[in-house]
Amino acid sequence: MHELSIARSIIGAVHEEASRQGATSVLELELVVGPLSGVEIPSLEFGLQVLSRGSVLEHAALHITSPKAEGRCLDCATCFGLEFHYAECPSCGSFRTEVLSGRELKISSIVIE
Amino acid sequence: MCDTCGCSSEGGAVLRRPGSEGWHVHLHDGNHGHHHHEHDGHGHHNHHDAHDHHGHQHDTREGQRVVMEQDVLLQNNLLAERNRGWFEGRGVLALNLLSSPGSGKTTLLEKTIPWLGDDCPAAVIEGDQQTMRDAERIDALGVPVIQVNTGTGCHLDAAMVGRAAKEMELPCGAVLFIENVGNLVCPALFDLGEAMKIVIISVTEGDDKPLKYPTMFQEADICILNKTDLLPYVAFDVERCKENAMKVNHRLGWFEVSAATGEGMEAWIAWLHQQIRAQKA
Repeated sequence: MHELSIARSIIGAVHEEASRQGATSVLELELVVGPLSGVEIPSLEFGLQVLSRGSVLEHAALHITSPKAEGRCLDCATCFGLEFHYAECPSCGSFRTEVLSGRELKISSIVIE
Repeated sequence: MCDTCGCSSEGGAVLRRPGSEGWHVHLHDGNHGHHHHEHDGHGHHNHHDAHDHHGHQHDTREGQRVVMEQDVLLQNNLLAERNRGWFEGRGVLALNLLSSPGSGKTTLLEKTIPWLGDDCPAAVIEGDQQTMRDAERIDALGVPVIQVNTGTGCHLDAAMVGRAAKEMELPCGAVLFIENVGNLVCPALFDLGEAMKIVIISVTEGDDKPLKYPTMFQEADICILNKTDLLPYVAFDVERCKENAMKVNHRLGWFEVSAATGEGMEAWIAWLHQQIRAQKA
């Protein structure tokens, strides 16, 4: 359940930014969590829900976007969609894949008042 | 409440040292608070950068949108980079050892450390949710060791390792083995400032493990297959396991050992000596 520590980091970072902006509460929190980030979105949602009680984030609406994972074959340079860290190149069958996207784990924005 | 010092420390990690009864350090869950303190300068700098680049405040009807574009693991990653610099400055080779519980990490260290020889000082940070058992086994070898009890935590983080490293007598040029909490999922995400991640699996676990836990194998630099002495008794296909591991991470280095019998240990020790020399140079 590393999602709990991740939720705690998110709340800490948002709290810091909200205080800097002089905000009294956060209305929305927008996260980007890639399918290869190693984070389970339902567990993260649960962690945020539990840990945000009593914080500036208590009433924030949570928006999580999960971009598509993409990889490039290191043998023939074909780009293709990934479901896991490993995949067979649809063009040449190689498993030597470079992950181009899908590992994102970031706070993209907040709406404050 | 801590039954040694009476302070309230629910949930936070605790450092302990064999032979120093009563000595302990609490990393309060303000643990994360600490990061914020220590890194206030950096944190602000980053945010301001982001502000400047994005010019990023947009008023919406209901409030004001602030673009952050901040890596969730930023605080841990900053601390990890600090640890990395601290290790490099001392010529210390820090290795993060990761595996499921029971793959033989501590036994591998018990075998490896004496084999390294007197001219290769070693030290160990042991991560477990509870008990000093592993630290006591390492202490019996006569090398510096700190136990980090993570309590409910399922992984070590950079703050725990930074503090533990500073609480131990770590000789320059040493190899520091960081034995992470036995868990093939969570520790993969947390950079500790190590030079390399080493994942250990044993032949009693199943040769499809790399496919089932790809994040860990993707993050690792080296894979050690342990307990090879048990191969005659289990249905484990070494070649298939290696093939599965290489599918997930084609850069992965590979060793096959039995820490119990010493089989295959020469290649692992020779590789370690080579890495230690490179780190000192």
